[in-house]
Formats: sequence, structure tokens, C-alpha cells
Amino acid sequence: MFANLRTRYQAWQNTNSDVAALPWLLAAVLIIMIALTRGSFLGTSNILNLLSQMPELGLLSLAMMVAMITAGIDLAIISSANLSAVVMALVLTQLMPAEASSATVWSFVVLAIVIGLLTSAFLGAINGYLIGYVEVPAVLATLGTMILYEGVTLAITRGFVISGLPDQFLLLGNARILGIPIQMLIFAVVAIILSLLLQKRPYGVHLYFVGSNPTATAFSGVNVRRVLLRTYITSGLLSGIAAIVMLARFNSANARQGSSLLLLTVLICMLGGTDPYGGFGRVSGLVLALVILQMVTSGLNLLGVNSFAAVALWGAMLVGVIVYKFVQRRRWEQQGKQQLS
Amino acid sequence: MSELLLDLHNVTKLYPGVKALDNVDFALKRGEIHCLVGENGSGKSTMIKIISGVVAPEPGARLQMDGQTLTGGRARNMVDMGVRVIYQDLALFPNLSVQENIAFGLYGDTRGSLVNWRAVKKRAREAMSLIGLELDLSRSVASLSIAEQQQVEIARAIMGELKLLILDEPTASLTRAEVDRLFEVIQTLKARDIATLFVSHKLNEIFEIAERVTVFRDGRNLGAFDPASLDQNELVYLMTGQRVTTEPPKAVNEDAGVLLEVSNLSKARNYRDVSFTLRQGEILGIIGRLGSGRSELALSLFGMNPADEGTVQLDGQSLTLTTNAQATQAGIAYVPENRLTQGLVMPQSILANLTVTVLNTLMGRSGLLSANKRKQLAQDWVSRLAIKIPNLAAAVQTLSGGNQQKVVLSKWLATNPKVLILDEPTVGIDVYAKNSVHALVKQLAEDGMGIIMISDEVSEVLSNCHRVLVMDRGHILDEIIPGPDAENDLLTRFNLA
Amino acid sequence: MPNAKSSNPLTRLFRYNQTYLLIILIVLVAVVSLINPRFFSGRNAMQILRSASFTGILSIGFLFVLIAGGLDISFTATATVAQYLMALLLANNPEIPIALAIILPMLIGTLLGSINALLIHGLNAPSIIIAIANLNIYYGLLQLFSGGQWIYSFPRWFNRLGRGYLFRFTDANGAPYGIAYITLMWLGVALVGFVILHYSKLGRRLYALGGKLEAARRAGLSIFRLRLFAYGFLGFCAGVAGLVQALDTQTVAPNALVGREFDVVAAVVLGGANIFGGTGTITGTLLGVALITVITNALTLLRVPAYWHQVFIGAVVLASISITSLRAKLAKRNERTIDVR
Repeated sequence: MFANLRTRYQAWQNTNSDVAALPWLLAAVLIIMIALTRGSFLGTSNILNLLSQMPELGLLSLAMMVAMITAGIDLAIISSANLSAVVMALVLTQLMPAEASSATVWSFVVLAIVIGLLTSAFLGAINGYLIGYVEVPAVLATLGTMILYEGVTLAITRGFVISGLPDQFLLLGNARILGIPIQMLIFAVVAIILSLLLQKRPYGVHLYFVGSNPTATAFSGVNVRRVLLRTYITSGLLSGIAAIVMLARFNSANARQGSSLLLLTVLICMLGGTDPYGGFGRVSGLVLALVILQMVTSGLNLLGVNSFAAVALWGAMLVGVIVYKFVQRRRWEQQGKQQLS
Repeated sequence: MSELLLDLHNVTKLYPGVKALDNVDFALKRGEIHCLVGENGSGKSTMIKIISGVVAPEPGARLQMDGQTLTGGRARNMVDMGVRVIYQDLALFPNLSVQENIAFGLYGDTRGSLVNWRAVKKRAREAMSLIGLELDLSRSVASLSIAEQQQVEIARAIMGELKLLILDEPTASLTRAEVDRLFEVIQTLKARDIATLFVSHKLNEIFEIAERVTVFRDGRNLGAFDPASLDQNELVYLMTGQRVTTEPPKAVNEDAGVLLEVSNLSKARNYRDVSFTLRQGEILGIIGRLGSGRSELALSLFGMNPADEGTVQLDGQSLTLTTNAQATQAGIAYVPENRLTQGLVMPQSILANLTVTVLNTLMGRSGLLSANKRKQLAQDWVSRLAIKIPNLAAAVQTLSGGNQQKVVLSKWLATNPKVLILDEPTVGIDVYAKNSVHALVKQLAEDGMGIIMISDEVSEVLSNCHRVLVMDRGHILDEIIPGPDAENDLLTRFNLA
Repeated sequence: MPNAKSSNPLTRLFRYNQTYLLIILIVLVAVVSLINPRFFSGRNAMQILRSASFTGILSIGFLFVLIAGGLDISFTATATVAQYLMALLLANNPEIPIALAIILPMLIGTLLGSINALLIHGLNAPSIIIAIANLNIYYGLLQLFSGGQWIYSFPRWFNRLGRGYLFRFTDANGAPYGIAYITLMWLGVALVGFVILHYSKLGRRLYALGGKLEAARRAGLSIFRLRLFAYGFLGFCAGVAGLVQALDTQTVAPNALVGREFDVVAAVVLGGANIFGGTGTITGTLLGVALITVITNALTLLRVPAYWHQVFIGAVVLASISITSLRAKLAKRNERTIDVR
């Protein structure tokens, strides 16, 4: 029984060498955090905090991941999310009559979500069109739309914060089902759907292929441009879902919310085994990395570490992950050479 | 001064997964024109890289150039000693001018860090006149033809203290007139006591220009020969290690109908007025050099390079071919010329590469891909074509060239095509794999598939096809039926060998 | 290098990107002057040149990196670190030699830029990801150690250098104006850039590197040293830009420069530099900066709310990148041509 588990673990390790270290890292971080906080890390309030903060970062990281698998990057995820959030907030605060009945409010909540998601999909489609059809490099295309979307949001809000959303909408970021924050459930559902899409649908196979070699993919009869378009729409939609969760949790929307999250999404993707040069990356690895980072974040919070120190630390960690991957690749190449001589 | 310009001993080079060179000795005389031949993967490219200092050999090698012992490894080092390489994919800077490309290494002899533009112009002009090249000095290199670019590279090479010029497959995309011009230049260099190492697989050219021929096989040096002591068959035997005897394809069934009919197909700046038919069970060869329009034509039939005019009929039905999905749907499959960049997605799994063309037929009831169906299909093709693989999840890049090519074939055969287009189907694979690919192609034709085989290797099309079309500069010049005189015919009339 | 096949100087002129930029610029100035006559005055021109200096200096550095085929957007963080450390030094030791205070930001900038090159080259990681990491490390550390404090107290010479100008003119109201020292620094950097790019072997090798990496490698160039130089020079420019911005505003804040990188990207891309490397000129870049600045200036004069500026910059970045990408795409399509008899 034990031997069986062991061989199965080794097989898993061999096929998942990119994320094989993550479970150990997870355990190590958990133990260190418990020790440093003298157990308060495992307190209910901290766990609940962790669970309610994780989804928005997780959703944005998924949005980053799908772009990265195509050997691209989506720098516009945060500004897309903010623009969608502002649009939803406007629907809920400006369009909705002040003294609306509960049924009306609910229908406006649904309407706002639909419009918000449509907005985010549209913003993603602009990226996808530029990258797939105009063939603009993803970095520059999404850098441009990042500025543009943020500018549009600023122009709409004139720099102000929109708040005062109806309670019914706020449930999406504050209620719990069976003790689990509702946004956590949303994240879980989205992660499972995305995972199926990537692993079990033809689109998923095409996505990884485009990331590794778009030319050979095109020669295989795949419409590469459409795959890219769909990917950035997916990325936009994931940002839109993140926008719903954030808007509901903070009860406010503005143009520059969460701009520090961009680094974290890249860090989570890289730590979770997504290759920035494309072709590789999975939801499971990303979720592991997400949990690790969220634990570190909330641990640092508990310990009262300065938030700017945390920002610098994330940057350093990103460099650390890149160094680690580099060393790993080097070692692999060395091994390949040694087998011969 | 020793008679030898270059004297290498015990050169070994390992790459992850390959032993490219295995304890090789190699020598060149001063001012000689020396040919290096070998199949793909024989180690000749690695040898060039070592001579030019781009890669370092494994420790233990002894390298001598011009009487001096070298430590090897750094390009600069070898460049300083007078070695220049001109690769098939030229190493010019497309964004810079002709004069700047020529004088790049020197920048007009200016000491210090500033460029003396007047000297650049003067030296570039001198270098060009040495080889009789006339071009506008300020033209950007991106606007030149391949042959012109090659001459610019040679002009660049003779700027310094040139002692050895290495040309890697220099004639692959040149017309006969351009080849003659190149040979003239090589003779000019010889007159200046500059040695040329000429790497080629075109045997007629080797016999035309070489003073000595070195043959590489499987990372070993089989020796240097006097071309007068060899004939074509002997050289092929040395390169491949076996006497090639290929069965000609069985005659096409008399009552086999026309499968594909191409009429007056034209595309601007690609090809013009191309017409031919392909019968069921027929293997039709298309031969022509790089830039003859052969691949452009094939891509049009596969929907990736839509034609401007003309019609394509398959089984009597007119086809619209604007995407390759349409072509695949209609029953046309295409095995591209470059396996690494077009044929396969190298870092991805064998399973995924084998099934990517037919994913839609491998769905389970839930609307998700069925892992079982995918595995079954892949396993099926692996055993049918006897592909040697570690497991289906391994990346395709871990396979040998021959097995990779079989994966490409399988992924297209899985679509169950009526017409299979093979563009250079055996480039870069060993003789055994080559034979098995040829046998497979003949078997497929016997089973009724129509096959178009594109190649620039005369022996390949002549021994495997029923008919051969000769293509040049976008036109079909003639149709040749393989037979005793065909080879001579191709050589004398079209200079194809 | 011009691709001069034709000898007619007029047709040759129209092969340059710069010609079109200049025409657009002239038309724009004419239109804005007609709408608002105050725009067309020597005083406003000098004012525009002064306020463009910061973007202008960074654009020269960014051009170098683009020509070499790289990308780095962490230069605002570099500029911030450089100017903040300089300001800190000046605030605490007002008596230090002027030369030291001026050279310090340049040294820091060059150092940080070189670190970028080291990471990008040594770890073989996408430059955008290294840039994101560094951006956050520098910014986080700076905020952490500065506590977000602004610095206002500078020695008198610093004030005089910032406000000073050369060539005294008087406007219609009798008020004096001239070419600011700040502007002269920009022109100095541009001149240095021009000499390097056009007359030095190093500069020509940067073009070569960006034109075809593999060819540069085969020609025996040290790719690392060239990259080190390009990124180091961008860092140097960021240092100068940091100094110039401090001189201009006489205040240094740890977050004042965040977001200013987009003007730089917009100006350089608009100036005709190829985003895929290998082409780009100092004159084009100067015109690009002028165009961006004139347009923002015009928007202000025409009382367009500041929020729309960012929308505008985003649109300009996207439009100019799209045009370059489309051109590259068309060129690639025309590559496959055969001289059909």
C-alpha cells in the first residue's frame, strides 16, 4: 500500500517536474507561518480572511495564465477588471431607481453582472484582435490597452470612487454557504470549468499548441488567430468575474484599484509552473501556488510586516522563482549530456 | 610552413541525446577546394561549428590552424585566424546597408570606437570589386535577392585576413547561372590562396568543383577521397552505408479514375498557369529547387496560400481552398517541408501531436475529449507505422528524426485523406527511416490514395514516383516518366541532380 | 541607414518616417494656433520643450533598448530611486559638491539598468517579467525606507539650475524667458545618443543585434555586453531624467513618476522605432516626443479634462504599434515571392 503510493508519487513527480516542489513548499510555509504566529495562523478568523481574499487573486491569476500559455501576457487584466467593475457599479447606482423593490433590485443585480461580463469579454476581445489578427506582440498590445482602459475608467469616474452598492449585490463578496465564503465557491467552480476547458476540450489542446509553436499549429489545421482571440476573451471574462467579487467585497470601484496585484498574478503563474515562453501551465499548479502565496500574504499581515516591504518581497520572490527555473533547466540539460558519455 | 592549413584530431561533441561527433580527425590543405559530404545528422554541421569556433569540442581535442594550436570555442578567436562561414540561412543584417554589412567586422579600419564612414564605403567597394560584385552600396540588404546576399557575405568574408571560407549548402536556392557565378568566385579565391570548404549534398556540383572530398557518416570521418577515384554510386554508398535498391512503385490500376484535377492555377509572384491531374493510386513527383514555386503550389492545394485564379477539382467536385481546414475536410492532407517548425509542435506530447488533426472525432458523450479514444487512436498509429516511442506522454522532440516524421505522417493519415501531399518527406532522416517512409508511401498508393511527392532530390522522385513534374520559376516545364534516361535528362535539360 | 535607390531628393525625403511626423506636427501646431493664438508663442514653445525634457530624455534611452531588440519598462522606478537618493543626500548634506550630486543619480541609474540587463540576459527570462519584478522591488524598497515622504529642501544652486535658462528673450508683456538648462540637458543626451547610434561601432552593433540576433552572434559580437550597454544607457538616461524632473518641480516624491512610462513608449513608437528591434532614429524620437507633448499641451489649452489625456496616450500607443505590426506582417507576406517568368 505504502510502496504503491510511493511509486505513484514518483510517477506524478516525473510528469509534473515543474510543480513537484510545490506540495513541500506549501507544507513548509504552513509550518513556518504557524510557528511565527504562534498558532494564530490557524484561527478561524484568519482562515476565513484567507478564503475570502484568495478568490480575486486566483481569478486574476487564471486570467494571466491563459494568456501566458499562448506565450503571451495580459497586462490589462487589472484595468479590464476595474473598468468592468465601474460599469457594473454605474448600472447599480445610476440606472437602478432609488426606491426599488427587492425583485427589481435582484433583476438589476443580474443585469449588472451580465453587462459587466459582456464589457470584460469585449475588452478581452480587443486584446485578442490586436494580438491574433493585427499580430501586435502581446506585451505591447496589452500595455497599450492597459493604459487605454485605465484612461477610460478615469474619464468615466473623473477619478472618483463609486460606492453605495445594494446589499443584494454585496452578498457576492460577503455571504457564506455552509461556512464557506461565496466568492470561494465561485472561484472553485470557475477553476474547475477552466481546467476542463484546458485539459478536456479541443480548444485546450490548441491553446497549448499555439503557445509552443503557432506555425506548426496553423499547419495542423488550427485557426491560430481565433484561438488567440478566444484566449484573450477568456482572460477578459476571468477578469470580469474577479471584478464582480472585488466590487462586492469592497463595495467600491475606481480606476486604480488593485494595481499592485499584477505582479502577484505573474508570480503565482510562474511559481505554479506556467511557462512564460508558452505551451505549459495548469490550473492545479496555479491553485497550489495561489494557496502558498495567500498564506504568506496573510502571515505577513498577521506579523504586521509593512506593505511596501511585502511588495519588494514579492518582486524578489519573482526573481527567485525565475532563478530556480533557470537552475532546474540547466541541471536537466546537464543530465541529458551525461547520459551519453 | 606546413602544407596543412587546418589539422584537427580527436574531436568529439555531445549534445543532450546525441553524439554528434565521435573522435574525428579532419585536415585541410592551404588554398584547396574541399567538399564535405554526408547525410543529415552525419555531423558535418557540427564540424563546421567547431572549425568556426561557434561551439567548443569536448575536452581532449587537438586543434591546429595555420600551425598554431587553438583552445577552440570562441568565434572571435577563429575569425581572427581567418576562418569565415557562410551558412545557408545567411547571417547578414537585413536592416543595415550593403556597405555596412560588408565592412561590419572592421568598420573601415578605424581605430578607437568611432566609425569612419568614408573608409567603410571604400573598403566595401574594394571587397566587392575583388569578387566582381556590383551593387548600390547604400541599398538595404533586405531588398536583395538570395544570390546577391550570398555574394555580399562573401565580400564581407574577404575583408579580413581570409584563409578559409566555409560554404554551407550554398547552392540550395541558386539558379544554374548563379551557381556558375559562385564557382567563378570560388576559383578567384583559390587564386588568392584561400581555401574553400564546400558543404553540399548535390553530387554533380561536388564532382564539378572539388579537389578532395571528405565523407562523414554517423559522426565519423570515413576519409578524404580524390573525386576522380569515386563515382556517384560509390559516394552514395559511403554516405549512407548501404547499397540503395528501391523497388519502383507498382503500376497504377488501368481503370483508376482521376482524383485531383488542377486547371490553370495561378498566383501572383508564386506560380503561373499550373495544370495537372492525379489519378487514384498514383504517386506524382514534383521536382524543382528552392524558390521554384513547388511549396507555394502545395500550400495552395492545402488552402494555406489561396490561388488567384484557376480551379481545383477533387473527385469531380470543385473545391474552395482558402483555409487548410477546408482542405482537410475535403480530403487533402499536407506533410510540410520543415518538420521542426511546421510539422510538429516539438515540446508537446506525442499523444497530442498525433491526435490534433482529428480531435473533433475523439469526443466522449459528455462533450469532453475522451482520453481512451485518444490513446487508442495514437497507439494504433504508433504500432501501424512502427514508431519507436518511450510513451505517449513524452514530448515529440525526444524522438529521432525518422520517428518524428512518422508521427507527422500519422497525424495526417489519421484524417483519412484522399490526396496526400508530401513536401520533402525524408529530409534529415536516416537511410532506414527513409526506406520505410518510401515503402509506406507506395503501400498507401496501392491502397488507392493519390500522392504528390515534392523533393529536390532527383533519386527520391525518380525511384518512387509514377510521373515527375519539373518546376522552375513558377512554371511546370515538363513531365518526365522515370526510366533509364530520366536522371540524365533532368541533369542536362534542367540542371537538377 | 536610408534605403536610397532613387536619386530624386524629394522622393527620397518621403521614404523617411520623420518627414510624415514633421508634416503632422506642423499641421497640428497650425490648427491649435488658429484655435488658440496663445499657443503659437516663443514662450509657450520653450515651456513645451521644458516640460517635455523628462519624457524626452527617457525616450532616448528607451530607443536604445528597442533598437537592440529588448524591452524594459522599469525605467520610471529607476528614475525614482535615482532622484530620491540624490534628494536625500542633498537634504541631509546641502554642502556636498555640486558635481557629486549631479553624477550620483546617473551612476545609480546606470547601475540599476545594468542589473536589469544582467537578469534578462543571464536568466533568459522574458524582459517584461524581469521589469515587473524590478519595478516592484525598487518601488517597494523606496517606499519602505522613505516612508512615502516628500523632499522639498534643496540647496540654492539646485533651485537656480532648475529655474535657469540660456538666451534671454522677452515676450509681448515684457516678461523674460529662454531655453531652460533642463531642455539643454535633454538636447545634450540626444546629441550623445545620436553620436553613439550613428558614428560609433557600438551603436552600429546595437542596430545589428536588433536586426538579427543570430547573425550578431555569428559575427562574434558579445551579445551580453551589447545588452548591458543598451540597458545601462537606459538606466543612465533614467538617472538624468530623475535629476531633470527634480530640478523642474523642486520636489521629489517616491510615487511621482509612476505611470509616466507610457508617454515614453508612445513617443518612441510614434517616432518610428521598430518594436521588433533594429530600426529607430534619434530625430524620429525627438519628433515623437514633440508630437506627444504638443498634443497633450493642446488638449490642456483646449480644456479637455486631464483624464482624457491617458485615453489619448493609450490610443496613440495602440495605433502606432498596430501600424508597425501590420507593416511587419505585410513584409512577411511579401517575402515568399518568386520571380515568375
